[in-house]
Amino acid sequence: MPHFDAAFNLARWILRSRADAEDVTQEAMLRAYRFFGNFRAGDARAWLLQIVRNCCYTWLQKNRPTEDVSEINEDYLKDDRATPETLAIAAHEREQLAQALEKLPTAFREILVLRELEECSYKEIAAITAKPIGTVMSALARARQQLRNALTKPVVKETRLEL
Amino acid sequence: MSCEQRTEHLHAYVDGELDAAGTLQFERHLKGCEECGAALAAEQKLQKSLQSARLYENAPKGLRQRVVSSLPALPETEERKTREWRWVALAAACLVGAFLVWQLFSDLGGRSRQSGIAAAVVDAHLRSLQPGHQADVLSTDQHTVKPWFDGKLEIAPPVRDFSAAGFPLMGGRLDVIHGRTAAALVYGRRKHVVNVFVWKAGGEENMSGAGEQQGYHWIAWQKDGLNFVAVSDVSSEDLAALRELFTKD
Repeated sequence: MPHFDAAFNLARWILRSRADAEDVTQEAMLRAYRFFGNFRAGDARAWLLQIVRNCCYTWLQKNRPTEDVSEINEDYLKDDRATPETLAIAAHEREQLAQALEKLPTAFREILVLRELEECSYKEIAAITAKPIGTVMSALARARQQLRNALTKPVVKETRLEL
Repeated sequence: MSCEQRTEHLHAYVDGELDAAGTLQFERHLKGCEECGAALAAEQKLQKSLQSARLYENAPKGLRQRVVSSLPALPETEERKTREWRWVALAAACLVGAFLVWQLFSDLGGRSRQSGIAAAVVDAHLRSLQPGHQADVLSTDQHTVKPWFDGKLEIAPPVRDFSAAGFPLMGGRLDVIHGRTAAALVYGRRKHVVNVFVWKAGGEENMSGAGEQQGYHWIAWQKDGLNFVAVSDVSSEDLAALRELFTKD
């Protein structure tokens, strides 16, 4: 089954839970299997990840209705510029990076996971997230800025993570 | 262009998404701009941290097995069956060897040798339907396709274009059927693809007749010391017509 790990990894980071990611990955693979007839030539990974992403959002709506999964909008894109020098953390520490990543809005987290972990091209990310390439580019810039900010601030536990 | 406007250029540069002209332009700007230089270093550092932090989480071992075993439980329609086989074939082609295919075919235990070959031929047909696998030599000209096989096989397969009869030649490739190297001739039939496999007769792989496997039709015959098997999702009548074209004269 190709791209199985990619499917799981994306679900895990969108949902921030391995257990939930298992359920949603299974659901997404079944759906992919069922609709494989609709898949013609092209990028099989992007096609599958698109299905995984849709399953994740549907699952979130149903199981965590209070979670903010809004699309990238102008508010998100407002500048909260900080100087690059503020990144004074030991950024190699996995825990710290993972926590910072999990604190980002879902729309930013998924784009960073697709780019940095899955190493998708802008074009693939645009296809998976159903956004124009221009939006992908500006969202990626903002996502990195926010991640940097999150890494420089002390880690505060968020109540909505305690669901 | 101000440095602010360059932010996206900077990210595209870090991600290797700038075209040649954009890269040159940006690198020229970098030389004279400390601010962008520092920003670039910071982005590269962050990217390196993310990529080297082992954040990628592979699926748990049991999950793959669970998903695989839940798949055949789906209600099946005839039409869907065909599509699902294609999915299975893709998975097998992309994964380590033909493990899945082996699993699926092994439950046909006790099958005759002939249906074993039929399975191998249908398998090869499915493989050829994957993007980029249809033909090694793409040509509708029999005088291009035929010489392509020279020296690649111990036989010279008869390559003829049957466009006039509704089977246009699309190309050819080498394939392996039951460990034997075979010529695969690719024909079109309306919107469908027909593979005609040709290999030297006389071994244990002789076969004749016609049948159906996983929703695909096959028809086999021998001529001039060669085995022929045509496989496709077109009707068995269409395949019989193709056999006529090959065997007449």
